[in-house]
Amino acid sequence: MADHAAGLRFDLAAIAAVIREKHPGALVLDIGCGDGALMAALESEAGCDARGIEIDAELVERCVARGLSVVQGDANIDLAEYPDKAFDFAVLSQTLQTATRPDLMLDELLRVGTRAFVSFPNFAHWRTRTALMFGGRMPVTGALPVSWYETQNIHHVTVDDFRDLARAKGAVIERSWFFATERAISPVGANWRAEYAVFQLSR
Amino acid sequence: MNVAQPSHVFAVPDDLPLDSGQVLGGAQIAYETYGDLAADRSNAVLVCHALTGDQYVASPHPVTGKPGWWERMVGPDKPIDTNRFHVICANVIGSCMGSTGPASEAPDGAPYAMRFPVITIRDMVRGLVALLDGLGIERLHAVVGGSMGGMQALSLAANWPERAARVLVIASTARHSAQNIAFHEVGRQAIMADPGWADGDYYAREARPDNGLAVARMAAHITYLSEEGLTAKFGRRLQDREATSFSFDADFQVESYLRYQGSGFTQRFDANSYLYITRAMDYFDLAQEHGGKLANAFARSRNARFCIVSFDTDWLYPTAESRHIVHALNATGNRASFVELSAPSGHDSFLLPHEQLDRVVEGFLNG
Repeated sequence: MADHAAGLRFDLAAIAAVIREKHPGALVLDIGCGDGALMAALESEAGCDARGIEIDAELVERCVARGLSVVQGDANIDLAEYPDKAFDFAVLSQTLQTATRPDLMLDELLRVGTRAFVSFPNFAHWRTRTALMFGGRMPVTGALPVSWYETQNIHHVTVDDFRDLARAKGAVIERSWFFATERAISPVGANWRAEYAVFQLSR
Repeated sequence: MNVAQPSHVFAVPDDLPLDSGQVLGGAQIAYETYGDLAADRSNAVLVCHALTGDQYVASPHPVTGKPGWWERMVGPDKPIDTNRFHVICANVIGSCMGSTGPASEAPDGAPYAMRFPVITIRDMVRGLVALLDGLGIERLHAVVGGSMGGMQALSLAANWPERAARVLVIASTARHSAQNIAFHEVGRQAIMADPGWADGDYYAREARPDNGLAVARMAAHITYLSEEGLTAKFGRRLQDREATSFSFDADFQVESYLRYQGSGFTQRFDANSYLYITRAMDYFDLAQEHGGKLANAFARSRNARFCIVSFDTDWLYPTAESRHIVHALNATGNRASFVELSAPSGHDSFLLPHEQLDRVVEGFLNG
């Protein structure tokens, strides 16, 4: 049981902890669920009913082989098939920056889910800023390890950008978490200091 | 064609009501089982066969002597593990391996032939449900099917939603497309154009519509393969000769292969059964049965889990058809998985070795 949570990536662990403590048994849609680590943890430890969408057939196969309900699909297209408020939570972890239209994706998250979790790498982290400022080239850092020409991150976003988008979309930021070198940090100066951010939203 | 003696025959006690409004009285269902049924009857897995399949899913075919059609999937320590599951596979009504079909005796003692009522996929499933009732199995651990077997699995889930906890549909569709119907019509016309068909009354005659049935099989067989697969297997290679013969012999290997497939098929299949079963598939439109909206079909199936699998080279029931099913399941909040697997062999891929398919099937049945 505990091994699921122990192995979770830091942003997923934060999401799993909130759901386990405050919303056990929730109906959760994990968009871009990867190998299903969060889903497995939520089902085994929080009594959740978790569903997933993943674009990579090999990852979907691994999810189904471990007994998870995961649909191979493109979140940019297939979210439209889900009815309004079909889920208690819609989770979008480290996928927003790969979306064709992150603003429309956020709309869809808050349409299919009563609440949403969104996590993403913060492009305004000081290391990224200094790499761009002094290197003069698109940064390649721990949080953004892939060169500009092969990265899937087509919409780089900062903590402040996301707050603006949430406000523009009429979404309420209920909670937020920030991470640097995979450890939680305080929200003070998060737009400079955080490598990753997780937001809990509702509308 | 030979009719083998199946090991188990269930006599359906009541008349089977059919979608056409007719009834089928005195129906028999031939079936095979593998693995032990648990004391609480909770471990039964119903495997539904495809158009020309039969109940011999994991044991040798009594006519051809060939291994069961899905032995690589069903058996001890196989993905559908008969050490754990009690696997049931029944010949559908309308077929010719021991279940009641056009070759069976009608109440007047003569074969039904074309007097056999036109049946649907749902009618086939009515027969299967009657069998489950007879076997005392209220709820299946899973219903599994590829191709037409997948249609039966979907029909069972939609019309008898309490009967299966898991529904696994491989390389299938919720409706026959115009192209699907068109290919079947070519096959039916080939049979009916054969003088040996004699309006279906050939059972007592010397001549049989074997040529027509062989052509039907040849045409259908092309739809089960991918262009890529055919090219890899045969290309333009010639059959046992150095040059084309300037005749209509089977110069090309692909011609020889299709002729062999066609003539082999006539040894084990009844032409009228082919007419009736292809018709049932053509009539299949799960949405139409449920008010024109596929999501309606699954509105009562929320206690079941679904897994839909397609293959990227399957142009008979392409991935788009599976996605259509998945979208309907998502719209109704059903627990569903879907994966498109990569395989070179087209529609037939579900019958061929595929490690990812094995893992998906095993994982889904155990999850």
